[in-house]
Amino acid sequence: MKILKLRKDKLDHFAAVIRQKFGEVHAPVEQNGKYVFQRITDWADARLRYSRTILPLKKYFLPPRDTLFHYSPGKGYVANTRDLEKRMVLFGVHACDVYALGILDLVFNGKYNDPYYQTRRKNIAIIGIDCMPDEHCFCRSMRADFVEEGFDLFLHDLGECYQTAVGTALGDNMVLAAAELFEPITREDFDEYKRLSANKRKAFRLDVEIRDLPEMLDMEYESEIWAELGDKCLSCGSCSMVCPTCYCYDVVDTVELGSTAGSRDRVWDSCLFSTHALVAGGENFREERSSRIKFRYYHKQRGFVAEHGRPSCVGCGRCITACPVGIDIVEVLNRVRGVQYAG
Amino acid sequence: MPVEVEQARTRAQSAADNPYQPLPARIVRIYRMVPDNYLFTFRFADDAQAAAFRHKPGQFVMLSVPGAGEAPISISSSPSRPGVLELCVRRTGRVTNALYRLKTNDLVGIRGPYGNGFPVERLAGNDLLLAAGGLGMAPLRSLLWYALDNREKFENIILMYGSKTPADVLFREELQSLVDRADMRCLLTVDRDPTGAWKNHIALLPQMFDYAEVNPQRTFAAVCGPPIVYKFVLQRLLALGFPKDRILMSLERRMKCGVGKCGHCSVGYKYTCIHGPIFTYWDAINLPEMI
Repeated sequence: MKILKLRKDKLDHFAAVIRQKFGEVHAPVEQNGKYVFQRITDWADARLRYSRTILPLKKYFLPPRDTLFHYSPGKGYVANTRDLEKRMVLFGVHACDVYALGILDLVFNGKYNDPYYQTRRKNIAIIGIDCMPDEHCFCRSMRADFVEEGFDLFLHDLGECYQTAVGTALGDNMVLAAAELFEPITREDFDEYKRLSANKRKAFRLDVEIRDLPEMLDMEYESEIWAELGDKCLSCGSCSMVCPTCYCYDVVDTVELGSTAGSRDRVWDSCLFSTHALVAGGENFREERSSRIKFRYYHKQRGFVAEHGRPSCVGCGRCITACPVGIDIVEVLNRVRGVQYAG
Repeated sequence: MPVEVEQARTRAQSAADNPYQPLPARIVRIYRMVPDNYLFTFRFADDAQAAAFRHKPGQFVMLSVPGAGEAPISISSSPSRPGVLELCVRRTGRVTNALYRLKTNDLVGIRGPYGNGFPVERLAGNDLLLAAGGLGMAPLRSLLWYALDNREKFENIILMYGSKTPADVLFREELQSLVDRADMRCLLTVDRDPTGAWKNHIALLPQMFDYAEVNPQRTFAAVCGPPIVYKFVLQRLLALGFPKDRILMSLERRMKCGVGKCGHCSVGYKYTCIHGPIFTYWDAINLPEMI
């Protein structure tokens, strides 16, 4: 892999080049003590040292409300293409969020390609940045603390400079467009990278072993853990909304007032909502709250492993911070494993 | 060129890249089989699409009713009778209620077919036992006519179909005409008969096993119906010694996309829309919450 270095005092210059030549730049900004990814007009607003954004990047690829078709009696269903081709650069993406997009790719590619998701994936570039874990991060357990693909560029903070890994031809073009800002990487830089990497590894305070978790979940399918969680859970769906790999959506047709034309939109949904498994005729396959929260755990940690060989959890910790009643996934999974929670 | 054909051509272009694109189809016939359970016959507005459409028994389509939304409906017609699509639709939700307000010649949107369908190649050369309860006849009718139209491919064919009363029997005339056929066994039953005019069985569906000789080692059983049907029919099949992978079940869930994305039709670890809707009983007992 091509690796260069970018001095920190050149970063704003580099961001300006990116914005000028590669599309709108979106980066984390601070909002009431939390972080959100949004469009940057003044680079000084960008916060590249941040814990986690409230919403993950799926909002760019699978927007909370996404118009699929416009309908009118004369034209039938016409696919919506608005804004799909807009070029953007997400600047400052953590490894877990890069990894999460790879998981969404598994769902939205496959036998039936989702053109809305894929077109946006093609047009939105990713510049990653490394980070230090806080008290809710467990990406290392989920093997998402480091990514070797899925980004155009990835910046590793070495103190004075960023070690810059070039992941794609587009990333290479970005570097070439600002070639005068980059320097060759040195032996000393690599040594510093390794030292910092070891520090990061030691900084994790949470851990879950996922190797044989599917088997353990099978054993604990009837466990009282799920009934207890069902009593506690409010079915608010916050965990799904903030989850970088939750992709369930509902499809809603809306007719414009005073017209026979309308649109077909997909909107974020959650398996915690009581209507998720409701079928026409009134049968509900997950009427109990406990069955719904259990389903969320089994789909992510058991079913996805069976289907794709890995859990669809990246350990970003967002669901822990978003849950209004303090349900903690690390605590739950360690309880399933019979391990005393040390957090 | 009629407007809907022009529409159909441009939409077909989009459908090649967009699996969510509904294609215009016209209602050519509405057969009021029983109240709230009509059989609708559709034909794609574009003749080329109508001719190109291929499905397997047991597959489903996503049906769009303009302004109301989209719903998954299993295909009741057999691929051996191409050109039109027959969908047996129960009036039960927003989309189906809107469909019931439409008339012959009105336009809807259809995309598909989706799902795995019955593994007809694997079924060939075996006996077939179709066991349906209530609306479960809708997806099994596709397999029934596929088997009868390809009669030489199958050994014995048995149909057991249970309804609540004679007024609830779907495809009544058609199925009644099968009772006297020598090359199959058609067992129709109702739980009770307030009319007194029912000429077939009055008994619960599982009791039909008393009237048919079934060899579990050379038979595939296809079962579809409400949960109670699965419970008691499965009991009989297992008691007869059916291997669990010779029992096929067609499941119903709330598909929103039909193509394995939206998450609504998940059962255990699988999606009904792409891994099903046909599952073996072996799949079912390894997937929590399936039946």
